[in-house]
Amino acid sequence: MNHPSARRGGSLMRIGGLIHKEFLQILRDPSSIAIAFLLPVILLLIFGYGVSLNAKHIPLAFVADAPDIESAALYASYNHSAYFSPQIAPNLPTAERWLVNRQVDAIVHLPSDFTAKLNTASQPAPLQLIINGVDANQARLTQAYIQAGWQSWLAARAQAAGFENSWAAAQPVELAARIWFNPELRSRNYLVPGLIAVIMTLIGALLTALVMAREWERGTLEALMVTSVHINELLIGKLVPYFVLGMGGMTLSVAMAVWLFGVPFLGSLWLLVLTSALFLLTALGMGLFISIVARNQFVASLIAIITTFLPAFMLSGFIFDIGSMPGWLQNLTYLVSARYFIVILHTLFLVGDVPAVLWPNTLAMLAIAVFFIAASRRKIRKSLE
Amino acid sequence: MTSHLVENDTDAIAIQGLHKSFGKAPHATQAVNNVSLHVPMGTVIGLIGPDGAGKTTLMRLMAGLLTPDAGSVQVLGVNVQKDPLTVQASIGYMPQHFGLYEDLTVQENLTLYADLQGVPFAQRPDRYQQLLTMTGLGAFTDRLAGRLSGGMKQKLGLACTLVRPPRLLLLDEPTVGVDPVSRRELWAIVYQLVKEDGMTVLLSTAYLDEAEHCDQVILLHEGQILGQDTPAAFTQHLAGRVFGAKRAQGLRRHLQAELKQHPHILDAVIDGDWVRVLLTEQASPPALPDGVWQPLPPRFEDAFVLMLHGQRTAQTPPALAPITPPHSEPTAHARPSEVIAVHALTRRFGAFIAVNTVSFSVQRGEIFGLLGANGAGKSTTFRMLCGLLPASSGALSVAGVDLFTAAAKARARIGYMAQKYALYEVLSVMQNLKFFARAYGLKGEHLSRRLAWALAEFDLGHYRDTNSGLLPLGFKQRLAMACALMHEPDILFLDEPTSGVDPIERRAFWGRINRLADQGVTIMITTHFMDEAEYCDRLVIMSQGRILAAGTPAAIRAQAQTEAAPNPSMEDAFIALITEPTQPMGAIA
Repeated sequence: MNHPSARRGGSLMRIGGLIHKEFLQILRDPSSIAIAFLLPVILLLIFGYGVSLNAKHIPLAFVADAPDIESAALYASYNHSAYFSPQIAPNLPTAERWLVNRQVDAIVHLPSDFTAKLNTASQPAPLQLIINGVDANQARLTQAYIQAGWQSWLAARAQAAGFENSWAAAQPVELAARIWFNPELRSRNYLVPGLIAVIMTLIGALLTALVMAREWERGTLEALMVTSVHINELLIGKLVPYFVLGMGGMTLSVAMAVWLFGVPFLGSLWLLVLTSALFLLTALGMGLFISIVARNQFVASLIAIITTFLPAFMLSGFIFDIGSMPGWLQNLTYLVSARYFIVILHTLFLVGDVPAVLWPNTLAMLAIAVFFIAASRRKIRKSLE
Repeated sequence: MTSHLVENDTDAIAIQGLHKSFGKAPHATQAVNNVSLHVPMGTVIGLIGPDGAGKTTLMRLMAGLLTPDAGSVQVLGVNVQKDPLTVQASIGYMPQHFGLYEDLTVQENLTLYADLQGVPFAQRPDRYQQLLTMTGLGAFTDRLAGRLSGGMKQKLGLACTLVRPPRLLLLDEPTVGVDPVSRRELWAIVYQLVKEDGMTVLLSTAYLDEAEHCDQVILLHEGQILGQDTPAAFTQHLAGRVFGAKRAQGLRRHLQAELKQHPHILDAVIDGDWVRVLLTEQASPPALPDGVWQPLPPRFEDAFVLMLHGQRTAQTPPALAPITPPHSEPTAHARPSEVIAVHALTRRFGAFIAVNTVSFSVQRGEIFGLLGANGAGKSTTFRMLCGLLPASSGALSVAGVDLFTAAAKARARIGYMAQKYALYEVLSVMQNLKFFARAYGLKGEHLSRRLAWALAEFDLGHYRDTNSGLLPLGFKQRLAMACALMHEPDILFLDEPTSGVDPIERRAFWGRINRLADQGVTIMITTHFMDEAEYCDRLVIMSQGRILAAGTPAAIRAQAQTEAAPNPSMEDAFIALITEPTQPMGAIA
């Protein structure tokens, strides 16, 4: 007779045996360790340093048709800014040639009447700006930066003149902008936490996607199934070891974010651990589901990359704003668990513990984790069919 | 633990009206078709049938790994469908490719299965000891399972299955690809289990000679049961219908081919020095000038072949027309008669020596066999001969050149049939033939002539527009051989061509091979079927990368002749050679 207690004891023995086996395999075939620890480091380094939404050292052609003290002052103000590397062009055709040859991204052109009009209150001073619009994003950024540079120069000039001219009177509103949570507007502060979510989606899914498919390929699953092992025990035996590995990779990523990339962390650690654990479960669950369906390591890893990494990158609001996507695509983003985790990470890193933001997103992740693990459980039952 | 099972039930397994099909109509295949059977307790039952007969499906249904479409399966008195976990807790099941964790050691594999089967810690040391002694793995507990030889892996799989003694043991093809020594050891273990522990063992096999080891045999073919009885009962009615023929001059295979044409002869195969013949009912052996007849005891294979013949009356008989000569030019007497020469050939993979100073030569028009268990170095030797792999040291020449360095043109003189039949499964039979013919540069009238030849010779006309992936295994083999012969090669390499093919197809296959050899085509073949060695003119037996013996089948058999065994079979000879004291057994060094 199977007494409940005896059964529970046997169950612990079986789960223990499976977990022990999994760890032995991890140690003997270090590819899982590489996925859990090496992959996040490589990806964080590539993306953390490579992807930047800031523009710095924009090459700029500076053309003054009648060089004088004012044009020199404007040039100097651009030259001093870290955002520009201006180069003086002798004339406009030369500057245009530079633009075509991609030596510069924009041309600031001061016509010959620039100084004259600048000092006349009644007429605005003309300034021509030509921008390479091939990369629309970069062009918009460059335009805004050049305008800002031009305005700060005007303001400095006005201040130096001691409000003598009527110029200040023509600016009735003064903008006092303050930027919250990321005062320096470092895009890295925003990107690195998002990257962690994207990378951990991939790693979590890849870890389980490979190992279950491996058992299929080597025929070990068939032998396991005829032992008294219960499917739930099999799933737990798979999830626990890779959960531990995944959390290790997660810790490494967070440590890199804080100490290597200097991203501030304002939230509480236990909330980070809790939400990370949940997020990892969604990724592991998805990988498990993929490998139960795919039954082949190669196919499983391809599916894992296509269905986890790409959506996490594109549809999570990591780089592309969800609000500006078409409606049907927005609906699709609700299925991407990285979407919720990115909001949580941004909040925990840059803002702090904000329950109103954290709880709904945590619950959404919980729902996804439950869905995938339950789906795996259902699917594996009719396994050998 | 198993007290809730019905103890006095005499049937270990009872199956009623079982159906199981795979795939969707119209491509659905009936893997198990209306099967009903009973397996009594405490016996060894053999489930016998060629590949694709439904053996594995039937076993998986018994183990509760598949759900039947219809019918019921009772195992140890429990309905498998209703309570698979209870059944799985009281049986042992060893799948065909047993799931050993290759990166775990022998001991770690055992411990894992002890954990999974809930073996109490107190009982473990004794049980491990018992199993390790029984399987002879005691000295290898720290070795990774992946580094064991095929036979040792199989024994470890069995030990893992037995770690908590089951009442019923299901073994799916435990002896496939295992060397004859390990095969005998596995059988010894099975008998010990039945005798000492009162276990019931159901095992499947494609080796027909193993049927005679079983208490009862269930014969399965294309998902249906052809019969269940003792091995003796299967052969009883064949008494007086099986004879051996011998002729003083000529090759055995010529005599076999002649006898096969006779209307009263159902089956003729080469068996040692004799040609073994199965006669039609109430027929007597035909007159044989310069020859002798000797009555032989019927064997299980005779009964099986007879049954399959009955099943296939509707099918067209195999083509009897002689194969068109592969070369239109007159017999090439100008060519050197030594077609393949191998001298001190060695191939290393890192520290592992797969082929170790192997030397042999093959004459034109000879059928030359490479015999050995899995991992003996046959395939590596083959790949070097075909120019697919460079040799580490030693010399070799095929048709006068080393194919690895020779121009592609030289390769056109050989045909190669890979172990897994390298066919394009989504292309039709005709498209496959055309592709391979064109790959060898056949075109125009020559191409259409060869296509017509292939369809006629291999009787593939009926299937010409069928995708090759959907062909029955025997026809896949025919197509693969046709593809390898499209360009009329002088030398044909065949790597395990008969694996998993049923006995009738095997006979047809050897008929074709013999005719090719008679036309001067040199045939080089690897096999792990010991009885097929008899069809070769000469052969070498390989083990652990070395040649153990070389010569004609009769000469090799003679090496194992002792007073106790005056007429050893090829398998006896193999075992005698492999167990010579100088040979370290089992382990891969």
